Amino acid sequence: MGVENNPLGENIITTSLDTVVNWSRKSSIWPMTFGLACCAIEMMATGASSHDLDRFGIIFRASPRQADCIIIAGTVTKKMLPVIKTVYEQMPEPKWVVAMGACACSGGVFDTYSVVQGIDEALPVDVYIPGCPPRPEALLYGLTKLREKIMKERNSFGNAIGLGDRLEPAA
Amino acid sequence: MAENNRAVIKLKEKFASSVIDVKEFRGEVTVTVKKEDVIEICKFLKENLQYNLLTDVTAVDYFGKDPRFMVVYNLYSIPNKDRLRLKAPVAESDATVDSVVPVWTTANWLEREVYDLFGITFRNHPDLRRILMTDDWVGHPLRKDYPLQGPGREPYKGRLS
Repeated sequence: MGVENNPLGENIITTSLDTVVNWSRKSSIWPMTFGLACCAIEMMATGASSHDLDRFGIIFRASPRQADCIIIAGTVTKKMLPVIKTVYEQMPEPKWVVAMGACACSGGVFDTYSVVQGIDEALPVDVYIPGCPPRPEALLYGLTKLREKIMKERNSFGNAIGLGDRLEPAA
Repeated sequence: MAENNRAVIKLKEKFASSVIDVKEFRGEVTVTVKKEDVIEICKFLKENLQYNLLTDVTAVDYFGKDPRFMVVYNLYSIPNKDRLRLKAPVAESDATVDSVVPVWTTANWLEREVYDLFGITFRNHPDLRRILMTDDWVGHPLRKDYPLQGPGREPYKGRLS
């Protein structure tokens, strides 16, 4: 016992504060529980036991104030868009947007007067997931991409204590 | 045959001047009447012939023809288990019909839908607002001359490659 016995042993690692912040953020992405169409069914399947989003620390939150990610799962109608914008604005920074499925990415087959032709007309999308609807594996892959993207962010710590902007990697 | 339908016999007897056309197709009887008498005919059908369920109010846009619109009432008689379709032609220049809300209360939202999507107004409707589109929407999307992809967008011209 004691300091002379090298008590910390292999437990010390050196890293940057940004990496620690990014690591904790990517390990606990809490998406907003928000489904719009058939993609939401697939999103629920991804959250259920056989695909199990919980193992990535992804836990759906029922309140936008506790969420840091919104998965746009389905067709966005022009009537629904103000609601989505309100929910998005209620989420605290930092926040990410995943466009799930053809409709959220581009309007999909609904090339019509009542449908928003891609959620990126209104929100800054981080990950686009194609498919109609995407299988749970595709959603998992997209969320893995989002995790990779979060890990590449710079000045996460500085931004958290109010020093400068969070720098996101280009593409 | 349509001529033997109980409602058709009574309507021809009582509203001879307003019945324009009677048709039967696959057992479905359709009576076309003048729009001015719609409310009287509906009252008569409900009170005397027991058509107590209004299943739908809708409209058809015969764009390019005159009169342009046809308002359609689908009726069902629960005690007699039979159906009747009532149609009334409506001109574009005077796209107004009497509301049948005093006869069947369910017509309230059905007529709001027709107003929203076709722009046909219903006289004496208690609450004629849009029901599906947003309140600030311009135009009536189910009209044949409404651009499918919405105003302000270049229409789809087929695949480029």
